[in-house]
Formats: sequence, structure tokens, C-alpha cells
Amino acid sequence: MNRTRRRKALSGLVVFLCGAAVVLALVPLFFVFGYVIQRGFSSLNWNFFTKMPKPVGETGGGMANAMLGTVYLILVAGAFAIPVGVIAGVYLSEYGKKSFGSLVRFTADVLNGVPSIVIGIFAYGLAVLPVKHFSALAGGLALGFMMIPIITRTTEELLNLVPGTLREGALALGATRARAAFSVMVPAALPGIMTGVLVALARIAGETAPLLFTAFNNRFMTTSLLQPISSLPVQIYTYAVSPYEDWHRQAWAGALVLVGFVFTFSVLARVVTRRLERMHRT
Amino acid sequence: MTETVVSEMETRAGSPLPQGEPASVPATAPAIPSMAGRRIRMESTRLNFHYGPKQALWDISLQIPEKTVTAFIGPSGCGKSTFLRCLNRMNDIIPDTRVEGDVLLDGNDVYGPGTDIVDLRRRVGMVFQKSNPFPKSIFENVAYGLKINGLAPRGEMPERVEKALRRAALWDEVKDRLDTSAMGLSGGQQQRLCIARAVAVEPEVLLMDEPCSALDPIATGKVEELIHELKRDFTIVIVTHNMQQAARVSEFTAFFMLGRLVEHDRTEKLFTNPGQKITEDYITGRFG
Repeated sequence: MNRTRRRKALSGLVVFLCGAAVVLALVPLFFVFGYVIQRGFSSLNWNFFTKMPKPVGETGGGMANAMLGTVYLILVAGAFAIPVGVIAGVYLSEYGKKSFGSLVRFTADVLNGVPSIVIGIFAYGLAVLPVKHFSALAGGLALGFMMIPIITRTTEELLNLVPGTLREGALALGATRARAAFSVMVPAALPGIMTGVLVALARIAGETAPLLFTAFNNRFMTTSLLQPISSLPVQIYTYAVSPYEDWHRQAWAGALVLVGFVFTFSVLARVVTRRLERMHRT
Repeated sequence: MTETVVSEMETRAGSPLPQGEPASVPATAPAIPSMAGRRIRMESTRLNFHYGPKQALWDISLQIPEKTVTAFIGPSGCGKSTFLRCLNRMNDIIPDTRVEGDVLLDGNDVYGPGTDIVDLRRRVGMVFQKSNPFPKSIFENVAYGLKINGLAPRGEMPERVEKALRRAALWDEVKDRLDTSAMGLSGGQQQRLCIARAVAVEPEVLLMDEPCSALDPIATGKVEELIHELKRDFTIVIVTHNMQQAARVSEFTAFFMLGRLVEHDRTEKLFTNPGQKITEDYITGRFG
């Protein structure tokens, strides 16, 4: 009897510890969310979404240019990073079983771990220094470089999960290796690849460091690839370190919008995955 | 379905059985008397196959006459699937493999430098052990081979798909849901869909690698019935673990053992009066 009681007590203790760890893990998340919502919500109004920043000293105005700028930068980054990442992932999964593949895989993992500020410096050297001009293109490049390894590795891992019998089925019908990969394997892994892409987008949407000296900032609305462009993270940073009370308020509102952005991507990732999976499996 | 098979077996049994010499392990393809007069579609001569340092096939010489069913039987790991996959060079995608000897399709060397592997696989279709429909619609699955090989203009596609599905005896079950995902079909239907997909490109030879091993008896019956229909148009080679199945569906049977071809003969001869002691031991269930 004594042993049974001891065993039960021990089990209870372990369950309690597990629960406590979960609570500890979630507490910061709730605090961050709670604080951002509390501080940001009161400053959030229609003007914030539609108006441009006011000159220094004037109160009011909004971050319309920064929000549009973030969307724009994500589009620029995605436009080259998604195809490059997916195709590289296909390469690794289909052909990269030898030493060169391992090298590429290792490089991608290293790139994934490189601090974002370093990526920013690289993009600065690549696209800003030669033309002596900050630009949306440079910012998009920096963000894209961060996306590529994430997309490559997710694509590869998800393709590896697709049964090889599908590839054989396509080859047996006279498909070439590449044809089999793109017409059968990639569609089969598409739900997962989409998730990987959206996760990568969510990851870069909030990046500040790589944009500081690539896209820089812009007080005006622009859609030119070759002009500096504003973005939410950089705008938040600029406002947060300023001495003006009104800008601090706006920085909180911007933070809330940014969190909303990332949250939307994450939810979208789940929804898209579910949808596509249901379409495929039944 | 069983009735059809039985009656056909009886008819054949009624005709005088050829009494050949008991086959020894053949170096060159043996002439099986009843093959005379039939065109030989595929043929292998002294085929050796290696997985890295491990040899899996030794000196396989075998002829496959057209518009018949040839069954490969033998214990697990005896090389029958490996040999089957040599016929359409499916083993090429496995790294570190090596082939020696010849495989001929209509007299042309399958492993020769002039062979286009894509064209070869179009002409020698394959159905796998586990049904492997693509995660696409039923229609797209059947149309896939036609599309990638440019075999049918867009307008003809529905017609060709219907024909293939009818040949696979699947049309009536799926005609109202061609646009739904193939993953929603039952296991037996999926396997027949894979057969439809393979026959859609009008191959000359159809290789079947244990096509019924994952199916229930009813689905198995349907596939066997289908094989009977298909052999009018195609040359079929089937690997099976099920000796009753080999006896039911095939005209010729080859018995493999430890990477060698032990005996190749007319099916009823091999099952009723095998030339080798070891064949008899295997088919009577004394081992394996």
C-alpha cells in the first residue's frame, strides 16, 4: 500500500511539473500580447491606418506608408525567395543525396542561423553600396536571403515524407526525373510547402535589423523598387527611440499591428494546410 | 471469375500437353514448346544484377511471349521483383546498382546506348505492389501518362481516359466523380486506377509487381479478372507470392530461387509436373 501511495504521489508530482513548465512557457507570451494590446489599442484609430506620419513636433498622423511598405517588402522578398527556396528544396530531396547535397544542406542551416543584422550588412554591400542608395530592392533582398534557407529545408523535409512509390509511379509512366518531381512530388507535398512559406513570411515580417541599412525608411508613400521604403518594424524602432510622447504611443500601436500581421500569417498557414490536406486525402 | 479461369484451364488441359525435357538451370532461354509460333516480346540473356557488392541475380535467361501472362514465383528475396524491375530499368534509380547481360524488347537492347529510357518505360508499363495513385483527381491520374508523353491532344483526353478506365473495369464505379481525388477510392479501386493509368499510354508490356498483395479477396478477384481481359491486348508479367494466383492467371510460370531462374515452363506443367525437385518442394509448400 505504501508503495502504491508513493508511486501515485510521484506521478502527481511529475504531472504538476509538466503543467508548471507549460504555464511558464506561456506566461511571457500572454504578457507580451497583453501589454502590446493594452498599450497599443488605445492609440489605434482609423487615422493610424490611413494617414501618413506628421512632421516632428506635430501630433497625430499614422503609419499607412509603413504598413504598405512592409507588405511591399514581403512581396519583393517572396517573389524571388519562394521559387529559389522551393526549387533548391526539390534539388536536395531529389538529387542531393551525395556530398554536394550535404554541403548545400549544411550551408542552408548555417545561413538560417546567421544573425539577421549580418544578412543586412551583406545586402547592404550587395545592393546599397554599389549604387550608393538605400532601396526597397535591397531590403527585399535581405529579407529574401533569410527566407530561402527556411523554405529550402521545409520543402526538402516535406518532399522526403512523400512516399517514393509516387515517384516510381510517375517514372514508370515515362516521366523524366524532373517531371516526376514537379508534377507529382511537389503537388503531393504542397500543403506542407505552403506552411513552410507562410512560416518564413511570418518570420521575416517582423525583422528590423536587416532593413535598417537596406530599405532604410521613408516618410512618404512609395512603390518604387529603387527608393528607400518605410516598414513597420523600422518605423516602430524609430518612433520608440524618439523623445516624443506621441511617437511612443504610435510605436505601441505599430507593434500591435505588426503582431496582428504575424498572427494572421500563422493562422493562415494552419488554415491553408488544413484545406489542402483535406482536398488531397479524401 | 473463377469459372472463367477454371473453364479455360480445362480447355487447355484437354489439349495434348507438351512433354518437354525437365528443364535444368538454363544458360540461354529455353524453348518452351508451346511458345512456338508466338512472338517473343521480351527476352533476357544471361542477366546478372548487383546491388553494390551483393549480387542479386545470376544468369537469368528468359523469354516472354506476347499477349500471354507470365508469372514469376519464388520465396521472398529470390530476385523475382528485381528481375521484373530490370525489364523497364526501374532499378536505374537505385544508386550503386549494376547490370550485366542483355534485356531485349522486340529485339532491341533495353540497356543499349540507343535506348531512350523514357520511351522504354512508356512501352513497358508497371503496376506496383502498393497502389500509388497520385494525389490528384481520378481523371488527372489516368491522363498523366498521356499528358507527359504528348500522346493525346487535349480534346481527345476525356475519351482516352474513359477507354482506359473501362479497360480497368473501373469506369462504372467512378464515372460520376472523375474530378474527385483519387485518394478517396478504396484500396482495390486505387489499384485498378493504377492499372488504368498504366494501360492508358498503350504499353506493349505490362509489369505487375505483386499487384494484389495488399488487396482483400474480392478486390483480388477483380484484378485477376482484369488481367484475363488485358492479356488480349498486352503482354503481362506478374510477380506473385500467391501460387494459386499464378496458376489462375498465367500461361507461363517462372520459378526463382536465390537469384537464379530454376524453372520456366507452361503453368500447368510447372504446377502439375515440375521438372525440378526443388520446384515441387516449393509449390507443395515444403518450404518457403
